[in-house]
Amino acid sequence: MYGADVEQIAIQLNEDPQKLADFEARIARGEKIEPGDWMPAEYRRQLIRMISQHAHSEVVGMLPEGAWITKAPSLRRKLILLAKVQDEAGHGQYLYHAAETLGATREEMLDALLDGKAKYSSIFNYHTTTWADNGAIGWLVDGAAILNQTMLARCSYGPYSRAMVRICMEENFHRKQGQEMIILYSQGTPTQRAMVQDAITRWWWPTLMMFGPHDADSPNSGVLIRWGIKTRTNDELRQEFINQLVPDLQACGIVLPDPDLHYDEASGNWRTGPIDWDEFWAVLKGNGPANAERMAARRQAHADGQWVREAAAAYAAKNQMQVN
Amino acid sequence: MERAHQYALSGYLIALADDELVLGHRDSEWTGHAPILEEDIAFANLALDEIGHAKLWYELAADLLGEDKTTYPDRLVYFRDAAQFRNLQLVELPKGDWAYSTLRQYLFDAFEALRLEALSQSSYTPLADVAARIRTEELYHLRHSQAWVLRLGLGTQESGGRMQAALDALWPYAQALAAPLPGERDLHAAGIVPSSADLFERWSGEVTQFLAKSGLQANLQSPVSDFDRRTHSPHLPALIEDLQSVARLDPEATW
Repeated sequence: MYGADVEQIAIQLNEDPQKLADFEARIARGEKIEPGDWMPAEYRRQLIRMISQHAHSEVVGMLPEGAWITKAPSLRRKLILLAKVQDEAGHGQYLYHAAETLGATREEMLDALLDGKAKYSSIFNYHTTTWADNGAIGWLVDGAAILNQTMLARCSYGPYSRAMVRICMEENFHRKQGQEMIILYSQGTPTQRAMVQDAITRWWWPTLMMFGPHDADSPNSGVLIRWGIKTRTNDELRQEFINQLVPDLQACGIVLPDPDLHYDEASGNWRTGPIDWDEFWAVLKGNGPANAERMAARRQAHADGQWVREAAAAYAAKNQMQVN
Repeated sequence: MERAHQYALSGYLIALADDELVLGHRDSEWTGHAPILEEDIAFANLALDEIGHAKLWYELAADLLGEDKTTYPDRLVYFRDAAQFRNLQLVELPKGDWAYSTLRQYLFDAFEALRLEALSQSSYTPLADVAARIRTEELYHLRHSQAWVLRLGLGTQESGGRMQAALDALWPYAQALAAPLPGERDLHAAGIVPSSADLFERWSGEVTQFLAKSGLQANLQSPVSDFDRRTHSPHLPALIEDLQSVARLDPEATW
C-alpha cells in the first residue's frame, strides 16, 4: 500500500512504486539505508553530489588555513593548526569513501573537481589575509559547518551519517580553538584587536551564505528533506547560527558589519539585514576572490603528483606479480 | 650533572631541536599539496611529530639552563635570528619534488633512529627518557620514508631517475651528519651522548645498502663536509623570516 504522492513521484522518477513506498517507510521508521539496499536512483545521485561536494570542500578547505601553518605565531598554535588541517584531509578521505559506497570512484570525483564540474563550499574562495582569519574560520566557518553536519549525522544514509558523527567531534575542537583565539585577541594588544575586527568583518557575510540560498530558492531541498538526507532547512540552520554567534561576538567588543542587525523580541531571534545573493551566486559560479587560485593549487598538486601515483601503481603491480 | 655539562648539553639539544623544527617546517609545506590525500595526512603527521620533538628538546634545554620551559621554546623559535640557528643545511633546503622530500626524510630518519637508540642509553636519565619517547614515533617515520624510497626507486623509470637526482643532490649535505654537534666531545667523554662519527659509520653502511636495494647509487666519493652548523644556505633566512612573520608583528602580544 502506498499513497498517491508516492505513486506520482515513482512515475516522475521512473521507479517501482512499491519499492519506493517500502524505502520511504524505512526512512519514516528511522532506519538507516545501507550501501547494498535498494534506493531510488535520485537518492543515490543526490547523495553522491552532496558527499563528494562535501569531500571536495574538506580538500580545498585545507588551502586557506594551510597557507598559515609555517607562519603560526607560537609552537602551540602551529601544532593546533597542523592537526586541524590534517583532520580536514582525514575528513576528505572518509567522505570520499562514503561516496564510494554509492558507486562513485575517487578518481571520477577528483576529475569532476579538477574539471570544474563539481562544486565545493564557496567559503574557501575567500582569501585568508591575516593570521586572525584562522580564528574567524574556526569559530564562524567551522561553527556553521557543525550545525549543518550535526543535522547530517542524523541523515538516512548510514555511511554518511556515521562519517558525520566522527567529523563533528573533530570539528568541535576546530571551532573551540578558533573561538579561543578570537576571544584572546579581542582582549589583546591594539594590533590584535584590529586584526580580529577586520577578520570578522570580512568573514561574517560569507559565513551566513554558507547555509545556502533561502528556502524558497533552494531547488534540491524538497526531495532531500522528504528522504531524510536533510532534516532542517537552510534558513532554520542560518537563524540558529546567527542567534548563537551575535551575542558572543558582541561580548568580545566586535562590531558586526550589518547596520540592520537587531534583536526581535517577539520571535526571540536576531535579525540581519539582507544577504547579498549576487555575491553568493558570483562566487558559486567561479568569480569569487580566490576561485582561480584554489583550483590552480589543486590542479598543480594533482599534476605534480602524477608521476608519484604512476610509480606507486607500477611498484604495487610488480610486487603483485611476484606474489602470484 | 656538572655545570659545564649542563651548559654543553643545552647547546647540543638546541641543535637537535633546530633540526627537527626546520625539517618539520619543510614537511608542513606539503600539507594540502601532496600527491595523494593519504600523504597530506602522513606528511602533516610527520611535521606534527618533528615540531613536537623540537619542543621536547627545547624544554629539556630550558630545564638545564634554569629557564621557564613554558616560554623558552617560543623565545628560541621566534626571537632568534637565522644566524643563531644550529640546524643542518640538509633540513633547510627547499622541499623540492616528492622524491627530494621523501629521500631527505629517509636519510635523516635513518640517522635519527641510530642517534635516538644511543641517546635512550644516556647516563643522563631525563635525556634517555625523552629519547625513548621520541624513538617510538621516529620508527614509524623511518618505516614510512623507507617504503617511499623503495617504491619510487623501483617504480618507474621516471621515479627512479628523480630519486637518483635527489640522492645526488642530497648526499653531499647528508655527509654533515658525521660532524659533531655543539658540545659533543665533552658530553661523549662523559657518557651522556654518542659520537656522531660512530653513528655516521653505521648509518653509511645501512643506508647505502638500502639505497642499493632500491636501485639507487650513492656517490661515495662525495666530500665530507666540515659543516659546523653555523654555516647556512640562503634558504634558512627566508624560512626563518616566514616562520617568525606573525610573531614579530607584535612582540608584546600573547598569541
